[in-house]
Amino acid sequence: MTLEELKRIQAETLPQINMRHTHKTEENVKYKRQVLICGGTGCTSSGSNKLMDEFRAQLESKGLTESVQIVRTGCFGLCELGPIVIVYPEGVFYAQCKVENVEKIVDEHIIGGKIIDELVYHEKTTGEVKEKLFDMQFYKKQHRVALRNCGVVDPEVIEDYIAFNGYQALAKCLFEYTPEQIIEIMLESGLRGRGGAGFPTGLKWKFAAGNRGNVKKYVCCNGDEGDPGAFMDRSVLEGDPHSVIEAMAIAAYVIGADQGYIYVRAEYPIAVKRLAIAINQAREKGLLGKNIFGTDFCFDVEIRLGAGAFVCGEETALMVSIEGHRGEPRPRPPFPAVKGVFGKPTILNNVETYANIPQIILNGAEWFKGMGTEKSKGTKVFALGGKIVNTGLVEVPMGTTIREIIFDIGGGIPNGKKFKAAQTGGPSGGCIPASLLDTHVDYDSLIAIGSMMGSGGLIVMDEDNCMVDIAKFFLEFTVDESCGKCTPCREGTKRMLEILTKITDGRGEDGDIEKLEELANTIKTTSLCGLGQTAPNPVLSTLRYFRDEYEAHVYEKRCPAGCCKKLAKVIIDPDKCKGCSLCSKKCPVGAISGEIKKPFVIDQSKCIKCGVCIDSCKFGAISKK
Amino acid sequence: MALTTEQIAKKTEELKAFIEEHKNMPGPLMPIMQYAQESFGYLSLETQLIISDMLGIPVTEVYGVATFYAQFSLQPKGDNIISVCQGTACYVKGGAAVLAEVEKELGITSNQTTQDGKFTIQDTRCLGCCGLAPVMTINEDVYGKLTPSKVKDILAKY
Amino acid sequence: MEKMINLTIDGISVSVPEGFTVLEAARAANINIPTLCYLKDVQQIGACRICLVEIEKARGLSAACVMPVSEGMVVHTNTEKLRKQRRINLELLLASHNRECTSCVRSGNCELQALCREYGVKEYPYDGARKETITDELSPSIVRDNSKCINCRRCVAACYNVQEIGAIGVSKRGFKTQIGPIFGRSLIATSCVNCGQCIIACPVGALHEKENIDDVWAAISDPNKYVVVQPAPAVRASIGEEFGLPMGVAQTGKLAAALRRLGFDKVFDTNFGADLTIMEEGTELVERLKDKNAVLPMITSCSPGWVSYCEKFYPEFIPNLSSCKSPHEMAGAMAKTYYAEKMGIDPKSMVVVSVMPCTAKKYEAKRPELSNNGMQDVDYVITVRELARMIRQAGIDFTRLPNESFDSLMGESAGAADIFGVTGGVMEAALRTVYEIMTGKTLENVNFEDVRGTKGVKEATIDLNGTKINVAVAHGTANAKKVLESVKSGEKTYHFIEVMCCPGGCVTGGGQPIVPSKELQYIDIKKIRAKALYSEDASKTVRKSHENPEIKAIYNEYLGKPGGHKAHELLHTTYSAKEKYFI
Repeated sequence: MTLEELKRIQAETLPQINMRHTHKTEENVKYKRQVLICGGTGCTSSGSNKLMDEFRAQLESKGLTESVQIVRTGCFGLCELGPIVIVYPEGVFYAQCKVENVEKIVDEHIIGGKIIDELVYHEKTTGEVKEKLFDMQFYKKQHRVALRNCGVVDPEVIEDYIAFNGYQALAKCLFEYTPEQIIEIMLESGLRGRGGAGFPTGLKWKFAAGNRGNVKKYVCCNGDEGDPGAFMDRSVLEGDPHSVIEAMAIAAYVIGADQGYIYVRAEYPIAVKRLAIAINQAREKGLLGKNIFGTDFCFDVEIRLGAGAFVCGEETALMVSIEGHRGEPRPRPPFPAVKGVFGKPTILNNVETYANIPQIILNGAEWFKGMGTEKSKGTKVFALGGKIVNTGLVEVPMGTTIREIIFDIGGGIPNGKKFKAAQTGGPSGGCIPASLLDTHVDYDSLIAIGSMMGSGGLIVMDEDNCMVDIAKFFLEFTVDESCGKCTPCREGTKRMLEILTKITDGRGEDGDIEKLEELANTIKTTSLCGLGQTAPNPVLSTLRYFRDEYEAHVYEKRCPAGCCKKLAKVIIDPDKCKGCSLCSKKCPVGAISGEIKKPFVIDQSKCIKCGVCIDSCKFGAISKK
Repeated sequence: MALTTEQIAKKTEELKAFIEEHKNMPGPLMPIMQYAQESFGYLSLETQLIISDMLGIPVTEVYGVATFYAQFSLQPKGDNIISVCQGTACYVKGGAAVLAEVEKELGITSNQTTQDGKFTIQDTRCLGCCGLAPVMTINEDVYGKLTPSKVKDILAKY
Repeated sequence: MEKMINLTIDGISVSVPEGFTVLEAARAANINIPTLCYLKDVQQIGACRICLVEIEKARGLSAACVMPVSEGMVVHTNTEKLRKQRRINLELLLASHNRECTSCVRSGNCELQALCREYGVKEYPYDGARKETITDELSPSIVRDNSKCINCRRCVAACYNVQEIGAIGVSKRGFKTQIGPIFGRSLIATSCVNCGQCIIACPVGALHEKENIDDVWAAISDPNKYVVVQPAPAVRASIGEEFGLPMGVAQTGKLAAALRRLGFDKVFDTNFGADLTIMEEGTELVERLKDKNAVLPMITSCSPGWVSYCEKFYPEFIPNLSSCKSPHEMAGAMAKTYYAEKMGIDPKSMVVVSVMPCTAKKYEAKRPELSNNGMQDVDYVITVRELARMIRQAGIDFTRLPNESFDSLMGESAGAADIFGVTGGVMEAALRTVYEIMTGKTLENVNFEDVRGTKGVKEATIDLNGTKINVAVAHGTANAKKVLESVKSGEKTYHFIEVMCCPGGCVTGGGQPIVPSKELQYIDIKKIRAKALYSEDASKTVRKSHENPEIKAIYNEYLGKPGGHKAHELLHTTYSAKEKYFI
């Protein structure tokens, strides 16, 4: 492929699909309308494939296959409302679309041209009708850079990517910039690693750039998104795989590598499949392989599948895993820039970091620097989850406050409950209390309050969540995922978990909290790798902001959130109980008894606090205290 | 699913061919083990010995890798694989109670298989559909917004 | 000239070569940084976190064992913070460690115990769940007790990196991490060759030899048993260490005296068996060299770990193995025949005990091939460590013992026998005899320097009256593998190869006294113990096996000629291919 051919493909494809940005059908195009259906993991789980089949069948039966195109895209972000369908050129957004609605959409909207009000999205907080996706409150404060193509292009069609300037950044690098100039641009842009630690990307590249052409080098992509509750990288790989491939090629050109590895979790089958398709298409088009764009630059990429080990997100562990060993981190130095995969100089960036790079090359460092804060430039993608109205994927400029993300974008807490804490950084991060909701999200502010950016998981908790229990949840995760190589992480996290279990079981004693703090400090300061060094953060941050909850468990044998089973009591409110006996029938241990039409009671000595009765009660008479 | 002797013999030949083809690539062990896991459903001693012999590495290396990564299993799995998501988003919305219910219904704990070989419960951290939390999957089927009371009826379908 | 790096450690300025670690540099400043998972030349992985130090301007703490020095570095090894963190990490190790120190074989020589003492561990604050433990006592050589394992992985490194066998490895992860064979198997069902290098790498009591002390005491106490003992050449090189005597000095006389005081009926010397081995093996080599159809290269067979390795990993080389039994087996066979007949003792009432630097010898003694008339040639094998325990139990003050000699008929030896205990020694001893057989001339300079030293593979070409033979010496199974592969590929042509299973030969065998890793940072134990044996050799007037008068006597009176019928019946054996893992 030459640069001219690339431009030709763009010129041919863009008019066909540009309606996705302009909301206008251009003249002389084959498809007058396009129906975009989300094919991300979230929407696939809620049935988008069946929806697509139904659209195809409907269009076929009505003879519309030649004028209406169906496109399966990556994630739009609003997973809560999946499956998502958007009809262009208007860009009308049908949320939680059902198979039975498809015929109506085809008849009334696609054929009749009338937007179906009852099927479009109604703002949950205000009830307003929002026809267009980007009119929604959810998207107002977002700024999509890394996600620019997600939900816009068909990730399995390279032409779509090329139409929106795909691979032009690579061409620009090869023809207009020396590797040194690209490093300068990266440094100038202020881009920092989006995987967690926030190391400046340009600096990383600079360290690996020496001795170009004389030694074998590798470019790797970290797609081993292990934070349980984070799906940013997966969404990028599913929705816009070429942006990662293009960026890796740029990195390879900069340091003089000819081979790349993308390490992806095997648990992401859709991402793996689309990535494989994208790599093949790029090879067919000559955008990977020998003599790219007719230059002497050669580069190819291979996928390596992670096999279910969180620690492989740590850079040295990821590399030994690619080599085919147990994913155990090794001490640094030597750093990967000196000795990485197969002992050769290597750079490793994460998916989201790469997704930003082509845009930085095309739009310049100044443009990128224009977004964000003094030390954290650009945008950050977050996976919003937990007790929040709009679960989904959001991308905001660095410096946006947590309050804006949770309440303005996320729509706040459902069911009228009170916000208690937001957890960022997954098992490495911390819980942020209500008093710090106005903290700006950037690397340094989050570290300052005892959390961290992490890869971008943001889980919201409400008054029903017990913070000791949440800390225990994360410790369980760490104990499970510790590689077992170094003493403090292998032995210490287990002991921390034991103490936390003791506390949540109501067996806590004086001195336990102090022991937790001592262990946390040792694990943090003496562990070999980032996993261990950050493992105590969920405990330390909850101790910092919710110490009273720990104390209530230890000294009063009480769980303020009513969450810890062994401390909780399930109680029937006699005023609300109608004596229907349903709960006593559902109770698995026969702890509930009473006379019909009179209030029932729970025998606390038998109750196992399973909560089945609470779910079964139609009158809301049973609750955990 | 138990494999017949013929199936095992055939799959073993295929595995050997796969190893032969891939053994000279850089870092061949994991892709080969992933192939074997996919093909046999688990990594038996025999399978591990074949891999070790053909790659010229001690079988302890193969076994070390097999027991390190959650994806690999040493025993055959049940006909139906149940994954109850224990990611953070599902956890804060009650994923643990759902898992407890599944365990109670089947009388096994996570990473075990029922005696009749029908179900295996698999440890799962984030299935990636946090919008449907709490979630579980049985084979390819996704069940979202679960409560413990829904579990029994769902299991009855299999 | 190598580049020097200047740095400051605890206020002391040192200058060390580039590439040194902080740990090595600290040694230059006479500062001992505590370690646990570090074992010089075997493993440096920075895993235990005991050697953490503070480096000014560096992020976090650094593991001294893997941190390379850099110019102007300022290191602190002994701060309040470090002492506290070391103590807590030790407490964490203790929390899942079987702390039955009083009954532990390593009590007093346990690196964990020593560190706990140094860092003032006074309580066990983090008691909780223990790991799933496996105690494997099925092997005749090695006992693995995972309840004491602290996951330092030094044994794995010894087995995997040094020996390249990999019978034990790391499995599972996190708190459940296990060290051991696959699928929780016993060592007997693996590729283990019983060399015991894992034992001498272990800082605690998770690995030790299968004890036979009680069997030996029982035999000694039994009035109906005639108990004969024989110590291997390498035992004299190290036994003194167990009693605080200087390293590198052979204690042959005290050893004989101690054995006699333990109550053995006869104190023979495996050295005698070594001389006998040279007669048989030398003759076998000469015959193979003369026979155009014979299998060459011939490979020594006195190291049972190596024999197992050959049977499990390179069965195609079994025809190359010398058919000779190993020296203590030959001596055992002679005790129960020649000596028994001569003294009129019923061999069935005789118990032969070998004191060996080796754990594989325990396995070897049980091989069915090594028997005669339904009797094993050797009944019990104890290691140097077990012998030392017996001497202590018997209240014998080893250091003050007089020097005594071994008992006659099977107690004399040539210098050639002493050096059996060091890599290259069997080769050198054989060459001394083979040279004289082949050339008919007297060998004036008996020292073959080319086959001495600790280089992994040593080679030499020897001119035997016009016939030039190529010899190679390998120690450690990894080096054996190299040599065998070079023979297989046709890259090398050898006539005679000596292989010792353990790196360094028997002086650093798996049954030898355990030297703390801290000391191993300063000394090369292989060289020091070898020195003891080379001095023994040099001090003797008889240096060649065939000149040993007791050897001459046994052939004259009993065996006939070397390689003859009777010799074949009693002194030679067979081998067979063995599965590494049976399913």
